[in-house]
Amino acid sequence: MSHFKLRLYITGRTSQSQRAIDNLRRICEGEFPGLYEVEVIDVLEHPALAEREKILATPTLVKRLPEPVRKIIGDLSDRERVLIGLDLEHLDRGMHP
Amino acid sequence: MSRLPPLELTKLPTGIIGFDQIANGGIPKGRSTLISGTAGSGKTVLALQFLLSGVRQFEENGVFVTFEEAPIDLMQNVRSFGWDLEGLLADKRIAVVDATPEPGEETITTGPYDLSALLARIENAIRTVNAKRVILDAIGALFPQLTDPNIIRRELHRIAAGLRQLGVTTLITMERTDEEGGVGRWGVEEFVADNVILLRNRLEQEKRRRTVEILKFRGATHHKGEYPFTIDGEDGVTIIPLSAIELKQRSSQIRVSSGVPELDKMCGGGMYRDSIILTSGATGTGKTLMVSQYIKAAIAAGERALLFGAEESREQLTRNAASWGVDFEQAEKDGLLRIVCRYPEVMGLEDHLIQMKRDILDFKPARVAIDSMSAFERVSTPKSFREFVIALTSTIKHLEITGMLTNTTSMLAGGESITETHISTITDTIILLRYVELHGEMRRGLTVLKMRGTYHDKDIREYTIDSTGPHIHGPFRGVHGILSGTPTYTFDSERSRLNNMFASAPDDPHAGA
Repeated sequence: MSHFKLRLYITGRTSQSQRAIDNLRRICEGEFPGLYEVEVIDVLEHPALAEREKILATPTLVKRLPEPVRKIIGDLSDRERVLIGLDLEHLDRGMHP
Repeated sequence: MSRLPPLELTKLPTGIIGFDQIANGGIPKGRSTLISGTAGSGKTVLALQFLLSGVRQFEENGVFVTFEEAPIDLMQNVRSFGWDLEGLLADKRIAVVDATPEPGEETITTGPYDLSALLARIENAIRTVNAKRVILDAIGALFPQLTDPNIIRRELHRIAAGLRQLGVTTLITMERTDEEGGVGRWGVEEFVADNVILLRNRLEQEKRRRTVEILKFRGATHHKGEYPFTIDGEDGVTIIPLSAIELKQRSSQIRVSSGVPELDKMCGGGMYRDSIILTSGATGTGKTLMVSQYIKAAIAAGERALLFGAEESREQLTRNAASWGVDFEQAEKDGLLRIVCRYPEVMGLEDHLIQMKRDILDFKPARVAIDSMSAFERVSTPKSFREFVIALTSTIKHLEITGMLTNTTSMLAGGESITETHISTITDTIILLRYVELHGEMRRGLTVLKMRGTYHDKDIREYTIDSTGPHIHGPFRGVHGILSGTPTYTFDSERSRLNNMFASAPDDPHAGA
């Protein structure tokens, strides 16, 4: 299985931000423990980075690797849709996108 | 009992020609204003001009946020206006926030989200260049990009509130599908409902006509209704603030010559310097001749004249003038005359107006002549023609110079045209030229129908044309009904007719004929 390089954009330390961080950690540890790298970026501190990646909404999870690059928006509470976004939907038996 | 003084919101001048006039000073400062219009109605150009004027005229930097068109495309598109946005970007006078969708990118929604990243980026851009003006261009493009319209509406509301807190003045453009009906297609108007401007681009008589209407400014006044505007390579958006034109021209007592001494006498000593003269008559009655005499008088006084030809070419006009002893060519060489020939069909009336205004301001003539005004009527609706006439004459009056307009009537003798009824209330002096059928002969008659502010001769006089120009003779005595085109004679007998003619007009070459 390939290595995941993820970037999570949040705006400030809000409860929504925290929820997204927790959800992401849970999914990564459950699906591909040890095979991922996550950077959490606060747009308020690094607006230029958000500008470069054209982030509009937060939270936004950017799957940088494996390709294709994809943006997943929302607080990642819908686990199935997060897996679709990460191209891992086949792991959920019987799931269709 | 104390009463609060009426509180008017502070306005921010946009710097767009004509707009601040119809907006009573500008758009509400520190607020968001929505510009809504169909595709191609000029929303983006107007918004970008607002930003650019800020930098150029008011030392106010700006931020533009683009949702649909990539910044690089946008900047290249407006280069035809001579707008160097790239340069301003490099000089940190403006900053750009690119909120366009990545091509081919699909977004997956996995739960609640908000647009605070976008707001943070806009705030960052504002801080970076210390912006006072912000535009959000084509905000509707957010909707297909993100999935939940309700979230977007809520978030746009928050962004508008955030921008308000930063004290910047914002223009938001939004596409609408129809020229009439709802303001926007996503129900977005509610979040900036305070201030709404509508742009329209209608097809009228096979010509595009752009108008701008301020629908509302909350807590601030503005002019109501639609105003035509143009977009061109020199000034970008120019709004023609017709009914907002104030009647505050001063009135001059100085008289200038019409170029025809007898006519000056009929008018009580010449035309007023800041007046508009309408010369109206059928084809061949001598309107262009009157124009060339009028220009000759300017040249003789060492003043500049500007002639707009709408029906004849420069060569034709020059040749005609030469046949009456007026040398246009020499006058042009001396810098006293400029002839501008444009056929009315080549562009819309609004564009003609802008061009003509530009010519007038550039050449700074003491006299302007338009031959003929009625030619412009062919290419427009009565409404836009009337607006054109008002705007042009008020420009001329405002500069306190003299204007002569000609009007071609359709009937050979008598008759009144639409142009006449349209123009007559605006002009100060009306000279009618008419064919008079008299005893089996076509003669020419001239009368001063109206002259504001002075005594004038009310006779209908005969005039003739020879190689030295026009000559006005005695009045047609004993004939009435000339203006209606059906003259009748009121002579007791043929003998009294002859007596009368010899008696009243001894210098009349036709008298003995």
